[in-house]
Amino acid sequence: MSTWDWQVFCKDTIDGEIVSRCFGGAGDVTYLDWLFSAWGWTLSVSLLALIVALVFGSLMGILRTTPNRGLVLAGNAWTELFRNIPLLVQIFLWYHVVPALIPPLRGVPSFLLVVLGLGLFTSARISEQVKAGIQSLPRGQRMAGLAMGFTLPQTYRHVLLPMAFRIVIPPLTSEAMNIVKNSSVAFAVSISELTLFALQAQEETARGIEIYLSVTGLYFITAFALNRAFHFIEARVRVPGMIGGGH
Amino acid sequence: MLNLDFAFLTPQIISSYVLKGFAFSLQLTLVAMLGGIALGTVLALMRLSSRPWLALPAAAYVNTMRSIPLVMVILWFFLLIPLVIGRPLGAEMSAVITFTLFEAAYYSEIMRAGIQSIPKGQVAAGYALGMNYGQTMRLIVLPQAFRNMLPVLLTQTIILFQDTSLVYAIGAYDLLKGFEVAGKNFNRPVETYLVAATLYFAICFSLSMLVRKLQQRIAIIR
Repeated sequence: MSTWDWQVFCKDTIDGEIVSRCFGGAGDVTYLDWLFSAWGWTLSVSLLALIVALVFGSLMGILRTTPNRGLVLAGNAWTELFRNIPLLVQIFLWYHVVPALIPPLRGVPSFLLVVLGLGLFTSARISEQVKAGIQSLPRGQRMAGLAMGFTLPQTYRHVLLPMAFRIVIPPLTSEAMNIVKNSSVAFAVSISELTLFALQAQEETARGIEIYLSVTGLYFITAFALNRAFHFIEARVRVPGMIGGGH
Repeated sequence: MLNLDFAFLTPQIISSYVLKGFAFSLQLTLVAMLGGIALGTVLALMRLSSRPWLALPAAAYVNTMRSIPLVMVILWFFLLIPLVIGRPLGAEMSAVITFTLFEAAYYSEIMRAGIQSIPKGQVAAGYALGMNYGQTMRLIVLPQAFRNMLPVLLTQTIILFQDTSLVYAIGAYDLLKGFEVAGKNFNRPVETYLVAATLYFAICFSLSMLVRKLQQRIAIIR
């Protein structure tokens, strides 16, 4: 147990033989192949869920700042609902309960259900940030937009949102990194992502430390890459003249 | 089309399947909260120290914990604790240790922000009165930081309570597990998951309303 055995990744997943070039081929699958395919699932779940979360989170955040009380109530109810149930329970609801209650959803692959579950869970948190971003703008901006003869949607589109979205990029960055971390919950409904790989490969090979280290490293790299991507966007869309802005 | 039947969830079934898990979830939340805040405060003080040999390890610990998914942290500890102590430890005990050490990283960030929000003059006043570092922290800075941060600490505790459901990964018997087992035994998983979700929602929603009330009261005092 005391020595490293990184060769475990070159083993065939079925017969345990060491494959000479570590990557299988012609029907053979090594643990290294499996690791990369699991990383692919983690990436796809995270990125698709991020899109779902951004779309619904922005929409609900915007609704919560409109003058219409009904819309505010709907946005608040959405946020409280998805924020106050544990993510794992929400994933189980999407996987076990929703298809049972809504028959047309029975054929939907579990991958998409998990994307929806993770995306809507995160949308509640993004809606909070978008709302806070819009509310942090001076009230005069909204009034100015309306006074110029813009309709309410035009005021949002041309006056409020361009600034609000720039303001919320830093908290959105940490939410994007959270999505990568939270995607690990998908193991519970048998999505073959990194955490499920870690659990199963650890059991099969008994080389837990090597397996867990590689998986932890990949989570780290993924979250870090997203962090850099958001910083790049933040730098590109900076408004001159603001604190922390360009020249 | 809705073929839901909750009749099997009698008080007897609930007390034999769910209560044990509920008790564990609450226990885990409370221990991890108290232990996490205590350890987190120490970590925050270390990070704010001017001595690099104190600040750097604390920063490394907090940043590492915060960048790994909680499920992986749970699995890591479940794997490593038996190797370190030389004998297997139950899933429940392992979860308690994991959550305390993991949450300490999050609580420490909150406490750090709380301590940093105290005016420098308070520390200077402490020293001027002849107090040493420990007395200044314990009697002047920490009580204020703690009160300012109370709503955030409690919100983090609600998140902690939600996260305890992740002990699913190592098969510990918590609230969610209790419902799951009951659902399997009576072949009514849809109903039990719905009840579990409703219960979690009721608890977390009412707690977050209380925190909001508390926040308003604290805001008035200032």
